[in-house]
Parts: sequence; structure tokens; C-alpha cells
Amino acid sequence: MTDKKMVETLIYTKSESLTELGTHYCPGCTHGISHRLIAEVIDEMGVREDTIGIAPVGCAVFAYDYFNMDFAEAAHGRAPAMATGLKRVNPDKIVFTYQGDGDLASIGAAEIMHTAGRGENITVIFINNAIYGMTGGQMAPTTLPGQKTTSTPLGRDIEMHGFPMRMCEILSQLDGASYVVRRSLHNVANIRKAKKAIRQAFEVQRQGLGFSMVELLSSCPTNWGMTADEALKWVGESMVEAYPLGDYKVSPEIKGMKKGGGG
Amino acid sequence: MQTEIIISGFGGQGVLFAGQLLSYAALEKDLHVTWYPSYGPEMRGGTAHCTVIISDDEIGSPVIRNPTAVIVMNLPSLDKYEPLIKTNGVLIVNTSLVDRDPEREDLRIVLVPANDIAEELGDKRMSNLVMLGSLVNKLDILSIEDIGTSLDRHIPKHRRNLLEGNLKALERGAALAMGEKLAT
Amino acid sequence: MAKELLKGNHAFAEAAIRAGCEAYFGYPITPQTEALEHMSKRMPELGRVFLQAESEVAAINMVYGAACAGVRVMSSSSSPGVSLMMEGLSYIAGSELPVVLVDIMRGGPGLGNIAPSQGDYNQIVKGGGHGDYRPIVLAPASVQEFIDLTVEAFDLAEKYRCIVIILADGSLGQMMEPAELPEMREVRRFEERPPWSLSGAKGRTPNVISSFYLDPLNEEEVNRRLMAKQAEIEANEIRFRELMLDDAEIAVVAFGTSGRIAQSAIKNAREEGIRVGLLRPISLYPFPYERIRQLGDNVKEILVVEMNSGQMLGDVRIGIEGRIPISFYGRQGGVVPMPDEVLEEIQKVNSRSSAS
Repeated sequence: MTDKKMVETLIYTKSESLTELGTHYCPGCTHGISHRLIAEVIDEMGVREDTIGIAPVGCAVFAYDYFNMDFAEAAHGRAPAMATGLKRVNPDKIVFTYQGDGDLASIGAAEIMHTAGRGENITVIFINNAIYGMTGGQMAPTTLPGQKTTSTPLGRDIEMHGFPMRMCEILSQLDGASYVVRRSLHNVANIRKAKKAIRQAFEVQRQGLGFSMVELLSSCPTNWGMTADEALKWVGESMVEAYPLGDYKVSPEIKGMKKGGGG
Repeated sequence: MQTEIIISGFGGQGVLFAGQLLSYAALEKDLHVTWYPSYGPEMRGGTAHCTVIISDDEIGSPVIRNPTAVIVMNLPSLDKYEPLIKTNGVLIVNTSLVDRDPEREDLRIVLVPANDIAEELGDKRMSNLVMLGSLVNKLDILSIEDIGTSLDRHIPKHRRNLLEGNLKALERGAALAMGEKLAT
Repeated sequence: MAKELLKGNHAFAEAAIRAGCEAYFGYPITPQTEALEHMSKRMPELGRVFLQAESEVAAINMVYGAACAGVRVMSSSSSPGVSLMMEGLSYIAGSELPVVLVDIMRGGPGLGNIAPSQGDYNQIVKGGGHGDYRPIVLAPASVQEFIDLTVEAFDLAEKYRCIVIILADGSLGQMMEPAELPEMREVRRFEERPPWSLSGAKGRTPNVISSFYLDPLNEEEVNRRLMAKQAEIEANEIRFRELMLDDAEIAVVAFGTSGRIAQSAIKNAREEGIRVGLLRPISLYPFPYERIRQLGDNVKEILVVEMNSGQMLGDVRIGIEGRIPISFYGRQGGVVPMPDEVLEEIQKVNSRSSAS
């Protein structure tokens, strides 16, 4: 027997901006990925100790347990208003909200609209998975026409329930919004793009350039009744078709912004 | 002693400000005072009124049913408050806008063509001060000078050019009240 | 400082500023809008935060956010607007944050009108939002008291880490009286913010502010902590004012503007030889049950006067425990009772209790 030298190469560590706690998210859910991306960005920017997060009501209600930083828990849909209050008295801190589609586009539609309209210098991470996860799979404002949910058992009927709302397109119309983009988490290439966008959004805030939002098309295999693979495939096909990826608003100041390091 | 005054008229006739002038003057004299306005839609052209209570003791209710003195700037105000004034109370009527005589015979009444006097003095918006001059003369709690002082202190900056005219308006109102006749 | 002639709405807003209020979030609604307007001018002048929110819902959640940062923060509104704030208030209560709110009550229910009312008593005093909590509720009856209680509200909110609501009616917001403002207190420096506040977890473990406790046993623990705090508040923070009760056979119980109206009526009744006095609760929560209980031993009958259909009446009944008769006189829907109406009620009670 010859001596074999064991060489350890560290290729993955838990981000410092995440706690040691394992998440409660379902297998195949992309919440974990978005948490990780945000945490990496905050790590890389070196702002963990200056960042305050606001958790939503929805599946990510426990986000404050998973992020290793000051955090508050908002009422359903009100995270942007709460972030406004926090940021106004803490203008030097990084304040972000993490919101789902029911939270942001339904019950909190007024709050997100006016927060963007004011050009509030905060960052919003918007998880769009076209369904209410926490309450068990009911129709969301982003549920696709024909999509079956527990409150649209025959599929979303646009005659009865109207049309899905495309929040990036809507918010990009507001003069106060600086950076509004949509990305997807259905494969590695898109996850990388999503991280860049999150970094950009936080940089926009750091430089005081106003309201930034990254919408992340996400999966919910449990409530969609799919396997993890099927769910990601559905995001990449059906959701991306209904919610085209892209930069909906990038203010001229951002275009002229110097690239931050890393990311 | 407690004096309860109601000033009533159309919105825009300066009834709230006239009441405030009284209140400022009372404050300067270290008297207790409450100024209680009608508020809301009335400020935009409807009827407006305020209740001013001046007392040498702590004031309980800021509202009263039966005032000791009333300024009526228009007919609806006369109709509403004439029956409510306490016996031997004071009633100052703006005859420029009120085309009937008061009916009560147990009041000390001064008839003041306030708009005409104010116009003569250069600005009909000063009719409230003419009326206030008459009222102050009938009450023994404050002097015309007291009101003049509070006017000088509290007239809005953009109306400062009206100060002289307003002081004259006060004096004209007071002079008119001195020639008062008991409406017997 | 010398006395100035101050309108209630301006007075409480300025008093809050003098008390070191660092942020104000609100939405226009009559009859409290002058307070918002005052804040919109003064707060930026002082380098503090003013923001007109898109709704009362947003306003109270902005308050919630700023309260998380450990600054002195407030809002003010009137009945329909306060209803919209109930969700946020419940979260604030559950998160045990110090917040001051002023409710300038108006006629209701529904859109009602803008006239003075005391119709929000049950809503505000018993809690208001969902869940098991009580805010401290203070009811001023004059502009000076409004100022004093506003300053005190900030101290109490921080002492107990709870909501303090000043419950006044439209007339107190709109009327002017001579009053004295306190000295200006500077806002808290960043370094002085409380240790629980969200300010970035620099060199410490993160702070989390939440009202979410999925395990009922944990939530019960929170509720017990709130109860313990309430017991302390009930022991220490009862405030009332009384007048001519020493030899009284009839006690009028009335708060806020009703209390002042009753005060005039009582004066007139005394002139007629009726032995009547006034108890004016200032803290509506904690309610002066003990003083009411004593009255049950000392007077023949109680008359409760309110600008509603008999809401504080329930608390007076609890204090009296059925021992003596209680009658009620109220005007509703924004109607302010005149002193002579109250006097008439006192006379009725007097002839009844003299006959018995």
C-alpha cells in the first residue's frame, strides 16, 4: 500500500449572512436558492452588519431565522411600508424586503406601488411562484390563466378572476422606480444572472439611487403537484413565457454607475 | 365671571379670526379663554361660527346653549342665535346683510352697517373688525386697545397692509356702539 | 415658557416634537389634519422625518418600521383612519414596540361625519386590533392636558414598550386655549437607541422583531408577558381628576370633553343645592375601577355622560358591581351635549334619589 496524501479543497461554505439553521422549505422549492443568493451578495458587499431585512407573511415568514442579520416580521403585504419607516430613520443602513406574489401583488399592491413611486431607497426581492404557498396552494394574482389551484379547481378562469398581474411591467412605469428587473431560478445559467441582478439592486441602494426590485420566477412543486424537475421545467417554459425575463427599468444614473467589486 | 360669545356668519367673513382676536386679547390679560370653532366643509362658503368663552376662573364646557353676547354677520345667524341669547345679553347685527330688525326686546342691540363702513374704510373684508369693535365696547372685559394689540401681533403677514384700516374699523365699531340705543 | 393660544391639533403635534419625536407618518383626515400639516412643516425644519403615507394602513406600518429602529415615532388620525390602523397596531402590540398614536374621534359608524364624538371608546380602550392586548389610553380634556399627556405618552410607551393612544374628540383637536409647551428635547442619538432595536448587527447577535409565534405555548408565553406588563400598568398608571366629590350624593363620571361639559353642569347644579361631584377618568386603560368602587360606597347614584351610546358606562358598571343605580346620558353621531342637558339629567337623578 502506498501512502495517499489527502488534499482538502474548500469549494463550498455556508454564507456568513445565513444562520446555521436548516430551512423549512419543501424539497425542490427555490426559496433556498434565493436566500443563498441574497446572502452571498450581502457577504460580498461586506454589509451584513449594516443590513436590516423585512420578512413577509407567506412561506418566507421565517426568513428572519435563516438570515444572520437584524430582521423584522411585517404584516401581510406591508413590508414596503415598514421598510420605508425603517429606512427613513436609518438612512445609512441597507434595508430590503423579501416578498411573495400574494404579499406584494395582491394584499400589498398599494404599499409596493407607493414605495416604488416615492423612489424609496430600499431593495425588494419579489418571489413570483404563481401561487399562495403557505395557505396551501390558492390562486395568486400571478396565477396563470388556466392554472389549477385549490381556489381555482377548474383552472384560473379569466372571465371570473381576471388576468395575472405583471408587477415589473407595472412598477417600471413609475418615475420613482430606479431598477426593476425580472430573472428566473429554473436553471444554473439563470440563477447566475439572478445573483448579478440582486447585487446590482443592492448596489443601487448603497449608492442612494432609489427603489430597486428583482423579481425571481420561482417554483412551488408541492402546491403545483409536480416533482422538483417538472416544476423547474414549468418555470422555464410556462412562467417565462407569461413573465418575460429582462430589465424593465434601469435609470440613467444606474447605467452610469461604476461597477461594484465581486458578484 | 364668565362671558360667552358666539360670532356667526358666512364662511369668509372672518368670524373665526374675530374670535381668535378676542381670545388672544383675553390671554394677554391672563384670563381663561376657550375658542371653539365650527369646522370642516363650512369653511368653504357655508355658515361658520365660533364660541369664545372668557372667564376669570377655569372654564368647564367649551360649548354653551345660551350665549351672553352674539355677533351676527348675516340673516341665518340672526335667525339662529337671537332666540338663544341670555336676557340682557348683547346682540350686534350686521345690517349691511341683514334686512330685518331683531325681535327681542330684552337685549342690548347694536345695529352696525359693517360692510358699508368697511368698504368706506377701503376693504369690505374688515367688516368683522367693525363688528368686533362694537361688541368689545358693549362688554366690560377687554378694551379696544387690547384687541388692537392682539391684532398687531397676530394679523397674518400678507394682510399686514390692512392693519391700519383694521384698527380704524375697530374704532368705528366701538364708536357706533357708544351711541347705542336700548331696543325697548 | 409663556402661555400661547394653541389649537389642540397643533398643540399635541408640537408637544410630540418637543418630546423628542423623531418620525411622524400620517394621512390626512378631518378633524386631525392640522397635526399632519404642522408635522409636515416642523419635522423637516428640525431634520426629522415626516412622511404622508398612501393610506393609514401604510402609515401605521411605517410607524411600525421606525419603531423597530428604536426611535420615538407617532401617528395621528381620526376614527375611520384609526380603524384602518388596527392591523398594524396589533402587530406593534405583539412585537412590544413603543408607539404613540392620537385618535381625534369623529361621528360614526362608517364615514359618519367630522363632528366631535367619543364613539371609539370600546374599540380603543379594549384593544382594537385582533388578539389579546391593551394599549394605554389617555383622555385629555383641555389643550394643556393634551400637551402634557402627549409628552407623557412617549415616556410611558418606552417604559412599558407598549402602545399609548391619546383618545380625544374633534372638539379638542379644533379648539384653541392658552397653554404652555414644554422645552425642546433633542432626538435620541443613534448610539442611544435601545439594545433591542434594529440598527444593523454590528458586533452582536442579530435582533429580530416579530409577533409570530407558531407554537401556541410560545405565544402564550408572550401573552403572559403582556399580561404581567398590564398588571404593572394597572398598578402604577391610573390617572383621574375629581371635583366636589367629598360631600356628593351624586357622582357624574365623564371623560374628555364630556367631562368638561359635565363640570359646567355640576357647577350649576351645586348652585341649586344639589350635592353632585365629578370623576373624570384620564387613563381609560388602566381604568380607575378602584375609585369607582369607592364611589359606590359613598354616593347614592352615578350618572355617566358620554358622547356615544354608553361605552365607558360598561367600565363604570364593573366598578360599581351593581351596588347602586347608574344612569346614563349620551349624545351620539357627532352631537355635543350642552351643559343644560346634563344639568337636567342631574336634576332628574337628584329628584329620584331624594325621593327614595
